[in-house]
Amino acid sequence: MSGAAPLTFEGEGASRIAWRRRFDVLFQVVALLVMVVALICLGTLLWDVISDGSGRLSWQFITGFSSRRASQAGIWHALTGSLFVIIVTAVLAVPVGVAAAIYLEEYGGRSVVARIIELNITNLAAVPSIIYGLLGLGLFVRMMGMGRSVLAGAATLALLVLPVVILSTREALRAVPRSLREGSYALGATQWQTIWHQVLPVAAPGIMTGLILALSRAIGETAPLITIGAVTFATFAPDSVWSPFTVLPIQIFNWVSRPQTDFHANAAAGILVLVALLLSMNAAAIWLRDRYQKRGLA
Amino acid sequence: MTRRGFEVVIEWGLFLCALLSIGTTVGIIGVLTAETIGFLEEVPILEFVFGTEWTPLFAMPHFGVLPLIMGTVLVSTIAMLVALPMGLLTAIYLSEYSSEGLRRVVKPVLELLAGIPTVVYGYFALLFVTPLLQQFIPSLSGFNALGPGIVMGIMILPLVSSLAEDAMRGVPRGLREGSYALGATRMQTSLRVVVPAAFSGITAAFILAISRAIGETMIVAIAAGQQPRLTFDPTVPVETMTAYIVQISLGDTPQGTLEYRTIFAVGMLLFIGTFGLNIVSTWLRERYREEYA
Repeated sequence: MSGAAPLTFEGEGASRIAWRRRFDVLFQVVALLVMVVALICLGTLLWDVISDGSGRLSWQFITGFSSRRASQAGIWHALTGSLFVIIVTAVLAVPVGVAAAIYLEEYGGRSVVARIIELNITNLAAVPSIIYGLLGLGLFVRMMGMGRSVLAGAATLALLVLPVVILSTREALRAVPRSLREGSYALGATQWQTIWHQVLPVAAPGIMTGLILALSRAIGETAPLITIGAVTFATFAPDSVWSPFTVLPIQIFNWVSRPQTDFHANAAAGILVLVALLLSMNAAAIWLRDRYQKRGLA
Repeated sequence: MTRRGFEVVIEWGLFLCALLSIGTTVGIIGVLTAETIGFLEEVPILEFVFGTEWTPLFAMPHFGVLPLIMGTVLVSTIAMLVALPMGLLTAIYLSEYSSEGLRRVVKPVLELLAGIPTVVYGYFALLFVTPLLQQFIPSLSGFNALGPGIVMGIMILPLVSSLAEDAMRGVPRGLREGSYALGATRMQTSLRVVVPAAFSGITAAFILAISRAIGETMIVAIAAGQQPRLTFDPTVPVETMTAYIVQISLGDTPQGTLEYRTIFAVGMLLFIGTFGLNIVSTWLRERYREEYA
């Protein structure tokens, strides 16, 4: 190992060992370079978007509506659409996801059904998002007759983030010490009383962190909402769950797909707003996680 | 209600919520199957699976899905050529070489890279990477498989590195120490002891990466073009299965028409492919967990 005193050999063996050492250093440099290249890519991406879009960013851009002229177009309808859809998604996915996680973690144990559900969730988490779009189109838009509404979009995204919500909530529940549950049982509490009054309050920050991260994934989703037929040119902000809607990523996609470079600047500015939104959600999640760890429950 | 009764009601309520995930899978399979059957009633399955022309919107439509599959395979292959070696090397560096401090900085940055919406990567592929590549390859078309392939590789890299690193960190210290005691260098230990020991975990990461590439949509919908063609040439516009679904969804295709059903038939192939890969990946990951549990 690196700390050991170098051994000395003579003849053929010595040169082979020297070669090996050189290879070792070379390999380390190559691996480090590859990692640095990956990080440079991230930097380049951010720099490219900032340099393209920062000139277009203004209060008028954020509060303006769609326009056929690039210089007058804004993202208000798309931004409000995104926030509206995400809120409805949270309302639908969070209670169900947390409940499912509680079942699997606290009740399911090692039963066969719980095991099948677990495997299924792991596999669902890796199904392409556009497949959820087709499910939403067939099930919510057509069969249930929701049309191409905020509700249909949010229901689709809710199914999409459900596996992520369940997996992260389970992790938060697992971090709660057993002794807390046992103490509660010893005082005569039932299982649900223990979960509701002891486990959930302690796990809450961890659960919240996972929820925010899951929703930040949903806010960047484009493909499933295009598939269910969200509009690409909206002139009004949605005012009810039955309204047609568009979201920020779709607006960005729409602008990128146009040949005029003026619209590309709009797309870059839209990306800046979207990334700012995501970063603030991530920052909130990290802040929660830190607070949680400081209290010494991790 | 008695306390006992209340407990039972709660447990069943929670169970039903957990069961919804099974419902999602059943829903996906149900919706895709229903529409695909409708599609196959009008188009023979052999023509669909083995046909070499995909022109569903033409006056004389052809429904051979091979060009779409080829587009998907081509872009995914390029992405994997970027993501798998780079992701594995990054994982080896983080797991075997890096100091704890560097790890703590690099990992969140890589997570950030993984959290960027795919539409942003599409923008990057179309308006930055492709123009950059055109400087070196003048014949490169504005829409092509190469640019989006490379960008998709960069996007998937964090997934590979993070899962592969987890697998390698799961390898017991004793194996490494045995190797060092025999005089092996760190490279020899990494490549001949740790990587083989973590093989099933690393393979699981690779398979999940392939599944992710096949299902990736926005990068190719933005930057790869909309021309289904049977080619290995990465410099010309192609169309992937996912990009086709987006293309049709953007138009006003009425329900019940054959064109409307094509996206479900294509989606069915996509689902079978990715779900199959996911199952293999999960199975492999379970195996390495058992190996060193």
